[in-house]
Amino acid sequence: MILARTAGSWQRDGSRGKISLSMAQIFHRSANTLARASIFGLVLLLSAVGAALIQLQRSPYVTRQHIAPEQPVPFSHQHHAAGLGLDCRYCHTSVEESSFAGMPPTKTCMNCHAQIWTNEAMLRPIRYSFSSGQSIQWTRVHDLPDFVYFNHSIHIAKGVGCFSCHGQVDSMPLMYAENTLQMEWCLDCHRQPEKFLRPREEVFNMKYQQPSSEHAVDVVLQGQKKTFTSQFELGKALREEYHLRTTQDITSCSTCHR
Amino acid sequence: MANNNDTNSNLVPLSGIKPASLELETVRKKLSEAKGPKYWRTLEELSSQQAFGEMLEREFPRHASEWVDPVSRRNFLKLAGASMALAGLAGCTKQPLEEILPYVRQPEQLIPGKPIFYATAMPLHGHALPLVVETHEFRPTKVEGNPQHPASLGATDLFAQASILDLYDPDRSAHLTWMGEARPWGEFLSDLTRQAAAEKDKQGATLRFLTGAVTSPTFAWQMKNVLQQYPQAKWHRWDPINRDSARAGSKLAFGSYQDAVYKFDAAAVVFSLDADFLSGSWFPGFVRYARDFMRNRKLDKGEQMNRLYVAESSPSTTGGKADHRLVLRPSEVESLARYLAGKTGAGAQGGQVSDEQRKWADAVAADLLEHKGKCLVVPGEFQSPAVHALAHAMNAALGNVGQTVSYIDPVEADPVEHGQSLRELVADLNAKKVETLVIFGGNPVYNAPVDLEFDKALANLKLGVQLSAYRNETSDHVHWHVPETHYLETWSDARSYDGTATIVQPMITPLFDGRSAHEVLAIFTEQSGTSPYDLVQTYWKTQHPTADFEAWWRRALHDGVVAGSAAPAKSVTAKLGALPAPAQADPSEIEISFRPDPTIYDGRFVNNAWLQETPKPLSRNTWDNVAMISPKMAAHWGLYQLSDDNDHQSDEQRLLEIAIGGRKVKAPYWAQPGHPDNTVTLFLGYGQTRSGRVGTGTGYNAYALRAAAALYLAAGKVDVTKESMPIAVTQGHFSMEGRETVKATTLEDFIRNPKFAHENPDEEPQDTKDHPESLYPDYRYSQGDQYYKQYAWGMAIDLNSCVGCQACAVACQAENNIPVVGKEQVQRGREMQWLRIDAYYEGDPANPTLYFQPVPCMQCENAPCEPVCPVGATVHSTEGLNDMVYNRCVGTRYCSNNCPYKVRRFNFFLFSDYDTPSLKLGRNPDVTVRSRGVMEKCTYCVQRITAARIASEKDERRIKDGEIKTACQQSCPTDAITFGDINDPNSAVARRKSSPRNYQMLAELDTRPRTTYIAAVRNPNPKLEKA
Repeated sequence: MILARTAGSWQRDGSRGKISLSMAQIFHRSANTLARASIFGLVLLLSAVGAALIQLQRSPYVTRQHIAPEQPVPFSHQHHAAGLGLDCRYCHTSVEESSFAGMPPTKTCMNCHAQIWTNEAMLRPIRYSFSSGQSIQWTRVHDLPDFVYFNHSIHIAKGVGCFSCHGQVDSMPLMYAENTLQMEWCLDCHRQPEKFLRPREEVFNMKYQQPSSEHAVDVVLQGQKKTFTSQFELGKALREEYHLRTTQDITSCSTCHR
Repeated sequence: MANNNDTNSNLVPLSGIKPASLELETVRKKLSEAKGPKYWRTLEELSSQQAFGEMLEREFPRHASEWVDPVSRRNFLKLAGASMALAGLAGCTKQPLEEILPYVRQPEQLIPGKPIFYATAMPLHGHALPLVVETHEFRPTKVEGNPQHPASLGATDLFAQASILDLYDPDRSAHLTWMGEARPWGEFLSDLTRQAAAEKDKQGATLRFLTGAVTSPTFAWQMKNVLQQYPQAKWHRWDPINRDSARAGSKLAFGSYQDAVYKFDAAAVVFSLDADFLSGSWFPGFVRYARDFMRNRKLDKGEQMNRLYVAESSPSTTGGKADHRLVLRPSEVESLARYLAGKTGAGAQGGQVSDEQRKWADAVAADLLEHKGKCLVVPGEFQSPAVHALAHAMNAALGNVGQTVSYIDPVEADPVEHGQSLRELVADLNAKKVETLVIFGGNPVYNAPVDLEFDKALANLKLGVQLSAYRNETSDHVHWHVPETHYLETWSDARSYDGTATIVQPMITPLFDGRSAHEVLAIFTEQSGTSPYDLVQTYWKTQHPTADFEAWWRRALHDGVVAGSAAPAKSVTAKLGALPAPAQADPSEIEISFRPDPTIYDGRFVNNAWLQETPKPLSRNTWDNVAMISPKMAAHWGLYQLSDDNDHQSDEQRLLEIAIGGRKVKAPYWAQPGHPDNTVTLFLGYGQTRSGRVGTGTGYNAYALRAAAALYLAAGKVDVTKESMPIAVTQGHFSMEGRETVKATTLEDFIRNPKFAHENPDEEPQDTKDHPESLYPDYRYSQGDQYYKQYAWGMAIDLNSCVGCQACAVACQAENNIPVVGKEQVQRGREMQWLRIDAYYEGDPANPTLYFQPVPCMQCENAPCEPVCPVGATVHSTEGLNDMVYNRCVGTRYCSNNCPYKVRRFNFFLFSDYDTPSLKLGRNPDVTVRSRGVMEKCTYCVQRITAARIASEKDERRIKDGEIKTACQQSCPTDAITFGDINDPNSAVARRKSSPRNYQMLAELDTRPRTTYIAAVRNPNPKLEKA
């Protein structure tokens, strides 16, 4: 502060050069380069750290995307859904009615396993649970933060397939999260649901393919059969058919947060 | 208001009184010159604009935003720097792994994630308040009134709302004990069975039972069976807040006990003799009565309105709603009743009244006589039996019986006068005639009249048993203490004010290993293995012995009403014989009234933090009880100078020492506008020593002064001490700086000028078309396809209907997981209740008119909070809500600073309890539990809106009008709050908003609030008005 003010007053006197000549050189010329390099370097370094943190936050290390946690019983969706052809709703009974899709009670497991694989060591926790009355402690795979209120039933009703969020569950020997479940991922669809909508009757169909130029999809809309070869066109039609609210509506904060 | 009582004429000389200060006169002068604010909240606001102005300068009330921890500035800066550097990292958290625990066998009717509702009832002083309880996976989380039951019609009171917290209270007694040591139930059972057998040999001669008022038909039936088997045993009753006066009064009038059932909707003129029928939970049926009464004050159809006269000795919310209120000392109420009885032809009883009172009474009498058969005289529960008898006689003389009042057999099983019953028990105990005493509920050692010395009497017992939800003062004086179930944990039944019965259904197995009264009583009839469910069903099978019992039972459970169980009206005639002479007041002594506390009742809710932190409707203090006196007395005693800087906020209040006989109690004073002079009102229920972590050490114990002969009114001396203590009063918090936020007029003026609420052009909203330069985005709320045309949520609050009962504030707390903060934090103005109910006075402090104004978030269309948030944590939704995104909030508090309505609440500390396991069960799973440093506010119960929207979209329809009820709206006994879609011109809220009385608060700011108010209209008697 003081130096600057002094320099300023000398500048008005026009004698600034004289003073600077009389001062000794403290730093070598290369200090200029060093200073420049370190300033830019610091900026770069900070941005790099920032970018790294952002990437870390999006990485499977934090999101647990594609990581199958250990479970008390190594339940295979591949075997039960694709192999045996069980419908999703056989176990996840409340998915069409409630926010929570529902986890099958031990009784549901025992419906079959009281008859088959009755002595299988792998199923011991199931049998123990059934006889002792204690719940099986599953580790949650799709875990939203507690301040997010997701509702399964409305997504099903509006034609969002299980696949859109959960991936190809029928090919997962052990369950893992296909997606990050982070807000940007949610908004990806809420901003443009057309990209993902499918006919309601196809919601639980794991084999369903989106329409494309090679693969046409027939849909009955308002009593008329229509053929689509583009997902965007189909999505637009379904959005109208299923009365989806406007993008502004479904990106309002209170849609998910309260 | 003109009917103010001349305070000079009835002021007796008091020793040690300072010369009257002039401030009160100054205030009156100010008012008469109309220089002060028309409506005022505190006496300070009225008198001292300067000190008040200083207070208003603050963003939050005193201390609210100051750094109070003993941390140096240097350390603070260090921490601030570090937290700045790490600010961005706060979001980088890895979620901990969570578990899912599915059922082993899932109950059939349960859909995980969806609430199930069950009908039940909450008994308070025996009377049932019928409820519908929301359960999540069988955890009760919220209670609502039962719309199908005549005693509720969907509304509740604050005690029912807060009872959820009682259920999960971690301080509830969890252990059955013998002499303080934990014992198993089996040991208790065998001991009591042995004792019962011994008593049976003596025909129960030394066996006694003590309960509160009982309306449960099953309990009464069980007790009848017990008394048959033990013919000499006795059943005593004691409730500290009891109906003795009403009982004795009906005996005087009819020769037998009768309960009066009122029909307020049929009455054009109502005269209350100290009866708090609009929000006094001790007034059986008040929830229904408040609705009925307010039905005739909505001005929905035509310009008809009822009229309310209240003569009262202690300010109540009912008095606040009165069109004419007469302030009386407690002893004067009976004189007035006698005088009026003479005037209305009920028999000359020659009451002495002053000239002022006579003028008032004559006008009331004329009005009553003009409305024969369409008027109603209501006696107060705490008035003398003679007042009750006179009221019955007046109603008979005015032809009201059968029209606005009917009489039924008492709802209470085997009604007795509790004071007498307890005195007999104590006499028997002292005479060593009692060996076995079983106390069901209650806490008589704490709340029995002090002169009975109940604790000493208990020392003579051979076996004392107490069934109680808490270990309390009484537990130390009995042998066995048995934890009692909460009403949501056991089967029972109860009757409401009109006799209608409800089966009390449990929602959850006893959390703390409690036992119900039915189970304990069953031990005496050798039915100890019978479950309460079987007992209740067995009784009702005797009442409905037909083959379709199962269907009938299921219907009764489902509806929450036992059909056709209302008591039939009896034809009885009031005969006014000789009344007992009125108690003579000693003019040298001060009259002392005892009243139940408005928020913790007789002390049973003292450990309920929601109720502790709910401001008392009139004094608006929390966490304490006060000794209420008139402003004039306070000035006389030099307690309180209206012009000093005392701003009532967190300041020390001087203690009064109140002495009755030789007993003394110290209590902080509170100068309450409208309180009679030379009278002190003490509130019961506080000062408990054993109540738990919330209630212990709060307030003073008024029971320590209460003698058996003077339960509600005594005479004593009052000394001003030098001591003082802080009290936490919320009345001055979040002030509106004297702007006219309440609008009111008289019926006459309203008919002449229906647009009276819009007279001041400075207080009208700006036409935004003239201001195209507005920075606020122009939201359009009518977009959307025709199928789901946008909703625009709005609310209208009828100031005429609001009685200030606080049920909505507690309902909001329960629905939205709002934490409590404690007394010290309330003193700093950090209370969290989203919905505050402002009380505005108008007129003379000796007898002001009162207006209640509930203030939730206004959900402004031009919301000042939104543009100032640096992180977008409060943003507009397309339906017009100001969404509050808790997870985004970083706690700058700019929004609160910029909110003109002061409806935002900030978590200064970690107020939510994240640790106590039992409290987690009671939270609403659909609402975030907020952490420290987060701003929060009313969201119009957005979780309910979302649930309804999802349900309607799945059905491909629009949300029906009335489908969404906000928590406050649902609990309101008087339908004061309407909520709905204002885009739909036929919705209830749009219709209400179309009234000319509809106005916006602070409309001149052009915030365009979605919450609007319906201006109040009073209906004063023109003959009285001009005095």
